[in-house]
Amino acid sequence: MSALETESATLTVALVGNPNCGKTTLFNAFTGLHQKIANYPGVTVEKKLGTFMTQHGTEATLIDLPGAYSLQPQSPDEQVTRDVLLGHEEGTARPDRVLCVVDASNLERNLYLATQVLELGLPSVVALNMMDVARANGDDIDLAALSAALGAPVVPCEALTRTGLPELRVALSGKLEPARMTPPPEGEDGIAARYERIGEIVDRCVRKSSTPILSAQERSDRIDAVLIHPLWGWAFFLGLMALLFVSMFSFASFPMDGIKWVFEQAGAKVGPLLPAGDLRSLIVEGIIAGVGSVVVFLPQILILFLFIGLLEDSGYMARAAFLMDRLMGRVGLHGKSFVPLLSCYACAVPGIMATRTIENPNDRLVTILIAPFMSCSARLPVYALMIATLFAGEASALQQGGILLAMYTLGTLTAFAFAWLFKRTLLKAPRSPLILELPPYRRPSLATVVHGLRGRAAAFLKRAGTVIVALSVVLWALAYYPRGGAEMKKEEQLAQSFAGRMGKAIEPALEPIGMNWKMGIGLIGAQAAREVFVSTLAVVYAVGGEDEGGKAEPKSVAQALRQDRWPDGRVVYTPLVCLTVMIFFVLSMQCISTLATMRRETNTWRWPIFAFCYMTGFAYLASLVFYQGGRALGW
Amino acid sequence: MSDSSRTLADLQPGERAVVATFPAEPGTQRLREMGLVAGTRVRLLRFAPMGDPLELEVRGYRLSLRRAEAALIPVQEAAKP
Repeated sequence: MSALETESATLTVALVGNPNCGKTTLFNAFTGLHQKIANYPGVTVEKKLGTFMTQHGTEATLIDLPGAYSLQPQSPDEQVTRDVLLGHEEGTARPDRVLCVVDASNLERNLYLATQVLELGLPSVVALNMMDVARANGDDIDLAALSAALGAPVVPCEALTRTGLPELRVALSGKLEPARMTPPPEGEDGIAARYERIGEIVDRCVRKSSTPILSAQERSDRIDAVLIHPLWGWAFFLGLMALLFVSMFSFASFPMDGIKWVFEQAGAKVGPLLPAGDLRSLIVEGIIAGVGSVVVFLPQILILFLFIGLLEDSGYMARAAFLMDRLMGRVGLHGKSFVPLLSCYACAVPGIMATRTIENPNDRLVTILIAPFMSCSARLPVYALMIATLFAGEASALQQGGILLAMYTLGTLTAFAFAWLFKRTLLKAPRSPLILELPPYRRPSLATVVHGLRGRAAAFLKRAGTVIVALSVVLWALAYYPRGGAEMKKEEQLAQSFAGRMGKAIEPALEPIGMNWKMGIGLIGAQAAREVFVSTLAVVYAVGGEDEGGKAEPKSVAQALRQDRWPDGRVVYTPLVCLTVMIFFVLSMQCISTLATMRRETNTWRWPIFAFCYMTGFAYLASLVFYQGGRALGW
Repeated sequence: MSDSSRTLADLQPGERAVVATFPAEPGTQRLREMGLVAGTRVRLLRFAPMGDPLELEVRGYRLSLRRAEAALIPVQEAAKP
């Protein structure tokens, strides 16, 4: 194909730079919405590709390589960056050109990677980003001298305001010579030699202006004096977490009710269009209700990630890791495990995905394995139902809050206990070092945050549309088949379905923890997603009327539960049983989406299977001890 | 305590120092790549509220390390300006 050799062949440009250098902002500014995200084969490193138009109107591909501090890789991310630049990455052609992003306000450290990259001899352009910050710091950079020293064109820019973007585009579009930068003299210590040369370059090219300006760094230090103050720092941190939880659980309720309503309406509108029977039930009760039960969490996930995005972009997240590192370190974890675990209070799926920022594979695995213990929002409906049953629907705010707090604490403490255990036994490894950059605070860019949110939402909805549809269908079939007679009531039908038979089959195992076969059916339903427990019980106890997809209010379900008796006339849902059910839900691994995410993030079924076994086993054991202990005390 | 045996972890908040020569070991590679090589001027800014990790100023940026890693890096007294 001669077209590949001509000028019109697609140009591939690799975007390289340190973390926090503004690389992603520049990538977004260049490619806008023309982006796609894939994975590099065999690793869970995101491959971000985008297209942009060159000066000559031809399309070029931009690869956003993972942020790296050095070409001697210390993490899978950095390995990918190195392999792509050397042309060793399978399935990714060696880039034609390199756009090397350098933070002008942190020149020395950024030039470490930049000089390594330029020495590869690919045609390169250096984007000198954050020029505004460098100027405010009083640094006057001699661009011509820097360009001569680096052997490549240097273009000043400010990615956030898109300043310098046209010039960068011109530089990338034109004829570009291979970078001329020779490696530092081979010595005993290559790193020191490289820094020595960088020192010379900076001495030659940067002049400190004499006018004293309050630099970004000094301003940042003043903020830090408060935000990581022994007293005010913790107060701010706890206040922020409280605000996050309040927003997640109160502000999110309106859009969540809206989504619930839309799916109910969809079920009600689509149902009559189909003939009554298997197909209608599959679509309305299986697919629409199943997907709806997951999509309903989208508002909470978006609020959580809006928070995390703003905190990350402003530079606070690094401080949170700094504050939390000691606490996390007690159980062998890392300050960097904090954000993923925090995300798990909304949903373990994005939480597990967020562990990608942890470089050490062992630490990352431990964080993934304990993540589902953090009480996610899918458990809330179950807690709410059990609290309503416990207090006959008349729980005071204090009782309700107290029990909820106890459940969240139980999950969190158990997570840490298992982290401690795993780090000492199964995943024994020397403690990985914490090497954390604390970037200067800056005003978060809404555009960057919203861009990230859009990606999260798309990824979440895609999952809801694929894996979750498939699993919803399987669970629907278990609860729907085999069919009994046409006159059979809904609860009788469910009792004799596969799910009902399974519930009865596991009843002997459930009795010691105070549960009967009806709850067993609920537990089977909860394997898809925990909150399905509530809707399954609503069907089992025939609440919500005969109409398909009837709405079940926790209050009316709770009333039905309170009427349930064992064959010998004992009350089934004693306060002790309600608490046991909650404890079981805190501790057990019941969410198929989480297991599927674990599979994808660890590249093996071994870890999700292990997580399922150890968590559910421990949940059973803890429930057994609690229930039998409670009985022995006469509760 | 002789000056040569001090490490980054022994600095007081606000204290300046210069990194002394230390052998290139695999465990210190990333610390060195982050700019902590012999002759680098550093300043200890603060310890985290629970005493660990600590925050350093190095090459114009802020870096956080645990005491355990900081103790790998010997320092000398900074030359008086």
